[in-house]
Amino acid sequence: MKLIIAIIQPSKLEEVKEELYRQEINLITVSEVLGHGRQKGITEIYRGAKETGNLLRKIRLEIAVNENFVEPTIKAIIQGAKTGETGDGKIFVLDLKECVRIRTEERGSVAIG
Amino acid sequence: MVNSGDTAWVLMSAALVLLMTPALAFFYGGMVRRKNVLSVLMQCFIVMCILSIHWVLIGYSLSFTPAKGFWGGFAWIGLRGVGLEPYADYAGTIPHQAFMIYQCMFAIITPALIIGAFAERMKFSAFLIFTLLWATFVYAPLCHWVWGIGGWLRNLGALDFAGGTVVHINAGIAALVTALILGKRVNLNKNVPTPHNMPFVVLGTGLLWFGWFGFNAGSALAANGLAVNAFVVTNTAAAAAGLSWALIEWLRNGKPTIFGLCSGAVAGLVAITPAAGFVSVIPAIIIGLLVSVFSFIAVAVIKPKLGYDDSLDAFGVHCIGGIWGALATGLFASKLVNPQGADGLFFGNPKQFIIQTLTVLVTIGYTFIVTFVIYKLVDLLIGVRVNQEEELMGLDLTQHHERAYTVLE
Repeated sequence: MKLIIAIIQPSKLEEVKEELYRQEINLITVSEVLGHGRQKGITEIYRGAKETGNLLRKIRLEIAVNENFVEPTIKAIIQGAKTGETGDGKIFVLDLKECVRIRTEERGSVAIG
Repeated sequence: MVNSGDTAWVLMSAALVLLMTPALAFFYGGMVRRKNVLSVLMQCFIVMCILSIHWVLIGYSLSFTPAKGFWGGFAWIGLRGVGLEPYADYAGTIPHQAFMIYQCMFAIITPALIIGAFAERMKFSAFLIFTLLWATFVYAPLCHWVWGIGGWLRNLGALDFAGGTVVHINAGIAALVTALILGKRVNLNKNVPTPHNMPFVVLGTGLLWFGWFGFNAGSALAANGLAVNAFVVTNTAAAAAGLSWALIEWLRNGKPTIFGLCSGAVAGLVAITPAAGFVSVIPAIIIGLLVSVFSFIAVAVIKPKLGYDDSLDAFGVHCIGGIWGALATGLFASKLVNPQGADGLFFGNPKQFIIQTLTVLVTIGYTFIVTFVIYKLVDLLIGVRVNQEEELMGLDLTQHHERAYTVLE
């Protein structure tokens, strides 16, 4: 079992979701985060005081998958999010030790859904 | 002779109308996405600053100097000749400058209304130039024709108590032109924009309703029975329209929403604006009930079908509401309410309805053409729309280097 974490541009969320649904990946968690890689942010100025740090809004997806879904998920995210420009984002694949469905108390691959 | 009651009321009304522009800022601001809220607030507030100056330097002169022809002319530039004694032809019991500053607030809010059409994608610099040109070449002439002494629509007998044509149809048509020229926001079908802060919308609506008493009842330019009539019908029409929209939503969509209720109330206020000093309370209810029907159709049926991106429904609410209000004035006006007015169609005078229709058509035609020209001109000079990357990142950061809400502190 793997946990896939993807950081993408907020404007790409709908497309990524569509691509995932097309691959029958329907269970995801979405949150809003701040961050930047090499994409430059914008320096904000408040009454003359410059705020450096220039973090940009990003969307973070978390998807738990079984082994055979890892590649389709990665491909779907790339399909939806890639523009070729700096700032497209990143995908991380983590080992997932355990997964539990709360409603039925199932564990393991079955619980991933 | 300066009357202290009239002057107090007009000054208060001017303040109330000014309040409507920040109210509008929040009304619109709550409807846009988080990343663009400051740009809307900024556009509204800068209009307050820029047009206040424009008005006292040239706007008032162009709009209200008595003259036949295209506009008033330059006799009252810099408020030369506009003093503290009443100018009887406009308002016999208040200082001339009271009338002037009251009108100033109308000149401010009218271009602010258009913001609703191009929200989330217009360049700030282009917005400034556009607003100044629009105030000079669209608002001033139209204001002169309908309200100025020597104005040809005024002389024809057009009835517009507080600005159904001059403010709402005017801004509403400009909104449509803008939406058509600018084009749709990026990724509109994929990322359906939802209001980011509905409480702001409600706050804005409440303050708009409150300020509208200055907009309509203040247009009596006196603290008298006519002002009371305007006050009463304004409140009634807003209430009727709010209920109407809520009911339409309840029947059509299953549930009434606060967004719908607010939209309806605003539409009602728009519609009663030209009629407030000419109709009585029962027609006000009818006007309110029907405006929500028309606006709802414009916003929920026609707009999706035709596909233009009038982001915040400036056309659907203000133009459609204003047209209905101006025509309804031609139906329901009664000399029993205002002897200085006229009777409408339902009181035995079909001619008024024709005059109103003509006024509406002239407003639509003139505003459409000149707004189009101004837009094209500004677009040619500096480009009117932000580029796609800026639009996706949001106007607050890209146009103003500011963020409305902190995510991490």
